[in-house]
Amino acid sequence: MYQPPQVRPSEITPEGVWQQRRRIMQAGALTLAGGALSLALPWPARALTTLGRIRPSPLSTREETTPWKAVTHYNNYYEFGTDKEDPAEQAAGFQTDPWSLRVDGAVHHPRTWALEDLLRGQTLEERIYRLRCVEGWSMVIPWIGFPLADLLRQADPTGKAKYVAFETLYDPKRMPGQRWPILKWPYREGLRLDEAMHPLTILAVGLYGKVLPNQNGAPIRLVVPWKYGFKSIKAIVRIRLVEEQPPTTWSLAAPREYGFYANVNPEVDHPRWSQRRERRIGEFFKRKTLMFNGYAEQVAGLYRGMDLKKYF
Amino acid sequence: MAGPAGITARRWFKPLVFFTALLPLAWLLADGLTNHLSANPIDDITDRTGIWALRFLLLSLLATPLRRWTGRPWPLRLRRMLGLFAFFYACLHLLTWLVLDQFFNWTEILSDIAKRPFITLGLLAFLALVPLAATSTRAAVKRLGPQWRQLHRLAYLVPVLVVIHFWWSVKADIREPLLYAMLVALLLAVRLLRYAPMGASRSSS
Repeated sequence: MYQPPQVRPSEITPEGVWQQRRRIMQAGALTLAGGALSLALPWPARALTTLGRIRPSPLSTREETTPWKAVTHYNNYYEFGTDKEDPAEQAAGFQTDPWSLRVDGAVHHPRTWALEDLLRGQTLEERIYRLRCVEGWSMVIPWIGFPLADLLRQADPTGKAKYVAFETLYDPKRMPGQRWPILKWPYREGLRLDEAMHPLTILAVGLYGKVLPNQNGAPIRLVVPWKYGFKSIKAIVRIRLVEEQPPTTWSLAAPREYGFYANVNPEVDHPRWSQRRERRIGEFFKRKTLMFNGYAEQVAGLYRGMDLKKYF
Repeated sequence: MAGPAGITARRWFKPLVFFTALLPLAWLLADGLTNHLSANPIDDITDRTGIWALRFLLLSLLATPLRRWTGRPWPLRLRRMLGLFAFFYACLHLLTWLVLDQFFNWTEILSDIAKRPFITLGLLAFLALVPLAATSTRAAVKRLGPQWRQLHRLAYLVPVLVVIHFWWSVKADIREPLLYAMLVALLLAVRLLRYAPMGASRSSS
């Protein structure tokens, strides 16, 4: 089994120093390139090492964020094990470079994006969002990302596009959890087009100002803060615009327990646990769960007139 | 076991098993105090006390067949202790839920018991363990006579309930509850085989 390297705190380069070294090396590399050296440079072509400038967002909550250690060591990511602490360990060696993301289906401009092209020219924002897991716990996470709507607009959906279907990478060699049919792989999720275009819906590539750790869905994942966490699909390789409501992994596994919408709703219980309250990670007493995870003001309009007990 | 060495071994055997059976709790406390539980420690405590209750149930069920296979009396001498440890960890498991998880929110607790079958089953299993623990003393065995054995047949039902409770509590990865279900089935099957025509029926269980 893969053992992550043991790194002592003293061996870790402070980020500032690292940035500085990197700039010096890049400057050196540029000089070499300028000298018309056609040799391959020893600098590895990393898709994502830094995120560049990050803009704060008015959509962020001011609540206290959940510590980095909890955000990165308490994950549901069955591709890397079913225990909460498995992904941090099992995803440590996961290669996310190179990575491509295919956007197709009912769009005028289908395209396979290399991740670095997708991020080029993209102004990243910090979005501090509440995350509510269907299991009854929650966190507050400072994501770094950009609105999914930006990408969808570039693809230019046709009149037929009503839903957006997402797919995680399927590669049992790199994702050991996929060797067991615990879920129907690859992981699939979906949104209605208006949900996908909503300004709160983002594609995240980082958290806490850093590149997204593998266990949190690197290199690119969805974040839909008013829905249960399982909607926020990780390690996305394909986004397809479709006419019909796409099948989604958890509702395929247990249709009575997980619906397509999966909006956070304290009034609609999961058959196996109440959704009225939640435990914010790090707190002892449970707190009341808020309708749409506290984003009702922004998103309730999307569901006007819908029976949310039926469309759970 | 004969000779002085045998006597010493016998004297140390039960206390040794007793303290070994406390190790899972010691581990849990140590992990809790040294910050080695996950970011959601209450969930860990619930899981670990629950799984140890089930493991001790299985160990107590193993005592009788083990006595038969080895032909030695020591497994039976441990049966009561193992059963009581199952009850002990089940108490911790239940208390974790009532106190740490729900913090005496009786509305939620009662609604969970009524609405969530896996919780209903878990509670039933616990309630079935109570009379077993209460009648585990030598005096109770004497007082109840043949009824004691009838009552203690509940020890076959409890692990079945517990395994279903476990199975229904997991979301998708049923590998672990499946393993325990097979172990329970195996331990019950050995008993059924004894009553089959080909099986030897020597002594009581």
